[in-house]
Amino acid sequence: MIAQLTSSERQYSAVILILLLMAGIAMAALGKADALGVQGVIVLLYSGVLLAFVLSSIDKPEPSEDRQANYYDDPIKVGIVLSMVWAVFGMFMGVWVAAQLAWPNLAFDAAWSTFGRMRPAHTTGVIFGFGGNALIATSFHVVQRTSRTRLAGQLSPWFVLMGYNLFCLLAVSGYFIGITQSKEYAEAEWYADLWLVIVWVTYLVLYIRTLARRKEPHIYVANWYFMAFIVVVAMLHIVNNLAVPVSWGHAKSYTIWPGVQDAMVQWWYGHNAVAFFLTAGFLGMMYYYLPKRAGRPIFSYRLSILSFWGITFFYMWAGSHHLHYTALPHWVQNLGMTFSVMLLVPSWASAGNALLTLNGAWHKVRDDATLRFMMVAAVFYGLSTFEGSFLAIRPVNSLSHYTDWTVGHVHAGALGWVALITFGSLYTLVPALWKRERMYSAALVEVHFWLALAGTLIYVFAMWNSGIIQGLMWRTYTEDNALAYSFVDSLLAMYPYYIARAFGGLLFLLGTIVGCYNIWMTVRMAPVTAQDHADLPDRRAAPGIAPSPAE
Amino acid sequence: MEITHDTLVAFSKSWGLFYLIAFAIGVAIYTFWPSNRRRFHRAKHSILDQDDKPWR
Ligand code: HEM
Ligand code: HEM
Repeated sequence: MIAQLTSSERQYSAVILILLLMAGIAMAALGKADALGVQGVIVLLYSGVLLAFVLSSIDKPEPSEDRQANYYDDPIKVGIVLSMVWAVFGMFMGVWVAAQLAWPNLAFDAAWSTFGRMRPAHTTGVIFGFGGNALIATSFHVVQRTSRTRLAGQLSPWFVLMGYNLFCLLAVSGYFIGITQSKEYAEAEWYADLWLVIVWVTYLVLYIRTLARRKEPHIYVANWYFMAFIVVVAMLHIVNNLAVPVSWGHAKSYTIWPGVQDAMVQWWYGHNAVAFFLTAGFLGMMYYYLPKRAGRPIFSYRLSILSFWGITFFYMWAGSHHLHYTALPHWVQNLGMTFSVMLLVPSWASAGNALLTLNGAWHKVRDDATLRFMMVAAVFYGLSTFEGSFLAIRPVNSLSHYTDWTVGHVHAGALGWVALITFGSLYTLVPALWKRERMYSAALVEVHFWLALAGTLIYVFAMWNSGIIQGLMWRTYTEDNALAYSFVDSLLAMYPYYIARAFGGLLFLLGTIVGCYNIWMTVRMAPVTAQDHADLPDRRAAPGIAPSPAE
Repeated sequence: MEITHDTLVAFSKSWGLFYLIAFAIGVAIYTFWPSNRRRFHRAKHSILDQDDKPWR
């Protein structure tokens, strides 16, 4: 990790870590017995461990080779590993939370393990831990390869990656001790939010500077999606998290947005987190790794540009569909509904573009589980966006809202699209990055694929069933206009579906663990020698004309 | 002039619409501009080339 830094860069990183360490001490001192104190200790430990690591190798020999002649792959490698670690953690939390809904006793009577604390640990773990690290790693890879230039910084990629993981760690550890802003997907408190602003702006600057150094005349479309992801997440994060802390020594803060405006800002954030965190960046992955793996250029480059602008501009206005039948003005709800339905066009343009790219290479999809991951992801992307546009229609939403149908929609997107496209991309990226000929075991990729697909289908079908049953039970009236079912009746009806969902999630988690093992073994495999790679004429004899043994 | 709820509604219902339409036309022109055809063609195929070293 340190080997590619010059000694002055190593000193800089030590200085940054010392500053961070001091910030941790300050938080611990100001926070005292407040939860903020505990978070300070976490900052202190995190930066202390990294500092010890940097100091222990500060006198190692300086990089000798010309750095600009090589791509900067070390941060990408670490990002992939972190992403998989978070995946296992986050999905384990998901399975636990799912099991708690079926068997509430699994909270074991402790405060930290109650549903309300574990659920955000699950969502933050998978979205920001797993998804975010995968996005950072693949964006660093794609921007270098498509710009044909090295990242425009030596230290800043590490700052972005490690700083981002500190944010995730603060967020998740905070939930367990009861810290939350109670804004979904933005639960982390003010100090963590401020830190993320610094990290994210560094990310933005690094990305733009790398693009500015590109050797290709045109910026490949995957980068546009990654840029949209970075820029919009910065905007969303800052606006939604404007808040005033109770005091410098207190973890709690209060948002500056009043009443219904707070709700609107939150769901403008929430929906665009779906759009730009869980969609745009992953579309960036899709537009690079899918053509790459299939060995065919994207079906229509023009279509990819049109759908890019469609997605960026329509999504911005769709957030209010989360607030149907609330105090939000009616016309704002209509606006969100209309834009959500229009969104189907650019969404299906992207999904269709991916599938048409594969048209003519179906034999590869059949034989190669990695490509199949990405193919199925595109299908689920089409499916979940269709479902989303449908759910956004107000009368439909009156049936689906508050039910498990929403949770089914979420995981059709999150498992079927986000997770599958990530695994497909990582299985393409890992052998290339570590210069291995292929993944350690193609059979294990196959096993992972089927576990993931089965898990997703079980999960989604269970939630569709339970969601629609719930929705119908809640609106069934008897002849004398009373509700036919009590809430508890509907809860009992959910029991089999909750068990099925936990089982589906378990399969998905097992697949992820298989993937971790496979990646680990690939990293340990012997690298391909330079000779295998060199662009030389093939000297092996052609089949069929092998010299026959002398008579 | 006092800015009321109605002012904002009128603004977003008129200018909001116009700027989105203007924007959409702009994007369509960029996408189909004849001289961009070559760049797009190149971008689409060049990612499949060898990529183990940066260009100098
Ligand atoms: C092992 C697989 C998984 C399992 C078992 C699982 C389980 C769950 C459960 C039980 C909930 C709470 C539902 C409720 O409150 O009724 C939930 C919520 C959620 N999960 Fe997962 N999950 C898994 C994977 C993922 C992944 C990979 C992602 C994202 C990439 C994800 C994103 C979410 C989101 C965004 C929510 C909040 C949904 C909402 O508020 O409507 N999950 N998950
Ligand atoms: C055209 C695209 C899409 C539209 C119009 C759309 C629309 C919707 C609607 C109407 C809801 C339910 C809101 C409610 O009743 O509370 C919803 C929830 C949600 N959708 Fe989508 N969706 C789309 C695509 C996606 C994709 C691709 C994902 C990817 C993972 C996703 C993730 C979510 C999440 C996480 C929620 C739950 C939010 C919450 O916590 O309540 N959506 N979406």
